[in-house]
Amino acid sequence: MPAGTVFGLLGPNGAGKTTIVRILSTILLPDDGRAEVMGYDVVHNASEVRYKIGLAGQYAAVDANLTGRENLTLIGRLAQMPRKTVGQRADELLERFGLTEAASRPLRTYSGGMRRRLDVAAALVQRPPVLLMDEPTTGLDIQSRSELWEVTRELVAEGSTVLLTTQYLEEADQLADRIAVVDRGRVVANDTATALKARLGSTTIELGMESEDVGIRTEKLLSSLFSDLTERDGDMVRLTSSQGPLVLIDVLRSLEGEGLSPISLSVREPTLDDVFLVLTGESCHAGDLVHGEVVCDGD
Amino acid sequence: METSPTFDANEVSNRPNRMVGLARDTMAIAHRNLIDLIRVPQLLVFTLLQPIIFVIIFRYVFGGAIYSPPGVPYVNYLMPGIFVQTVVFGSITTGVSMATDLKSGLIERFLSLPMTRTAVIAGRTLSDIARMVLVITLIVIVGFAVGFRVQTNALAFFAGLLLVLLFAYALLWVFVFVGLAVRDPESAQAASFPVIAPLVFASSALVPVSTMPSWLQGFATYQPVSATASAVRALCIGGPTTSYVLQSVAWCIGILAVFIPLSLWRYRHAV
Repeated sequence: MPAGTVFGLLGPNGAGKTTIVRILSTILLPDDGRAEVMGYDVVHNASEVRYKIGLAGQYAAVDANLTGRENLTLIGRLAQMPRKTVGQRADELLERFGLTEAASRPLRTYSGGMRRRLDVAAALVQRPPVLLMDEPTTGLDIQSRSELWEVTRELVAEGSTVLLTTQYLEEADQLADRIAVVDRGRVVANDTATALKARLGSTTIELGMESEDVGIRTEKLLSSLFSDLTERDGDMVRLTSSQGPLVLIDVLRSLEGEGLSPISLSVREPTLDDVFLVLTGESCHAGDLVHGEVVCDGD
Repeated sequence: METSPTFDANEVSNRPNRMVGLARDTMAIAHRNLIDLIRVPQLLVFTLLQPIIFVIIFRYVFGGAIYSPPGVPYVNYLMPGIFVQTVVFGSITTGVSMATDLKSGLIERFLSLPMTRTAVIAGRTLSDIARMVLVITLIVIVGFAVGFRVQTNALAFFAGLLLVLLFAYALLWVFVFVGLAVRDPESAQAASFPVIAPLVFASSALVPVSTMPSWLQGFATYQPVSATASAVRALCIGGPTTSYVLQSVAWCIGILAVFIPLSLWRYRHAV
């Protein structure tokens, strides 16, 4: 995993994402196999690894009774930062995450989104070159989620290397340069977001026509124009395309040319369920995580 | 805002040697725990309220019916026992706090930091012994207010209070282990009572052991709460002292010898 990139670990609950993060953050010892962060082995050089990483967990692991600033200074001091720079760094981060006004309030008065932002800020106190984010947006509203995405992009632009776990395909797609799909402790795919989606390849466009006759005409038209799979069920016509949602423009244009107008229209992107169905069906590049190697390269 | 786009952890971190690191991290954790204590004052209030209620019940309700040695008013007999009882009940909080930090994920974050790992427990025992000093001071004041008087001398009395704190420190390690083992604050609370109740009530802390049935007297005389209560009592009101003090100190050393390694082992496998 090269420096300055985001690596996404995508998988459902219980897939082993958190376990990977815990091993990389030296919290858990691996049963077998090895892992490195910036060239340091997480077992034999654990204390070096701890100087290189920042951990933002799904549990927003901060002290609810401490103020935002107190939380950050505590983490900074425990990360062995000199006392005089800790306070300055805490203020810097509070400003950056829009928490300056809430800085001296106990965390229990924070909203869920604010808490999660502070959690990420806490992971950044000691300026770690590698950031491990374990489901940073689980349970957040859309607004807070996109704020967190924005912050993550900024951090990467500044040179951070991020390992991000998520249950959401969209999140991995938005942020990650490479995505590994994990299922039951195994990596079932490891590719770029685009390549992965191309391989999954199914944007489904569903058109509801006014009658079965019109449906038949529509199906004939579409199957003559597109190489993709076309199906019809009564007045419903379904087109499954590997070209992504762009195919929708061509579909609508050709329908207009024939004077056919759909009553209803829906576009469905591949979901995580589809990803798993496809990926666990084929046994592609299956690397066993427990016996495999996980290497984070930060420089 | 970010000042440097490229990161270098070495620039900002100076790596301390082992002992300095342990001391610094322990202070940082203890400081955090004490802030917690101040921010949740109801915890401290209830820790104090309970021994005060015991003082009132035993001093004014049961006191008249309880036999105490000749020449010793019951309140003088009672208060040293209350001191010991207070630290026993107070140490439950240590287990609850440990379990809370484990459950909230805070310990997970601590484990990922380049800190001395034992400092999390050392800091917990340090802040909680500070809490005990505060609680004992207030209970001593309550004791004097309800008529407790030292029958020996000030030096012996302070030695007695020091023994109470040593016993408290040993107990903290027991409950650090309990908290880390059960991993859940409610369970830590629930698991503590069955251990503590027989130790506190089948003891010489509140009533003389000689009034108990003979089958219970053996346990009630030699168990750690009794040994400590008897030692502290002897230091406050006189009578044979050395044997009780030695028994109590031996219990404390024994408990620490078992539970320090046990807690540290449990902590390393906490997540």
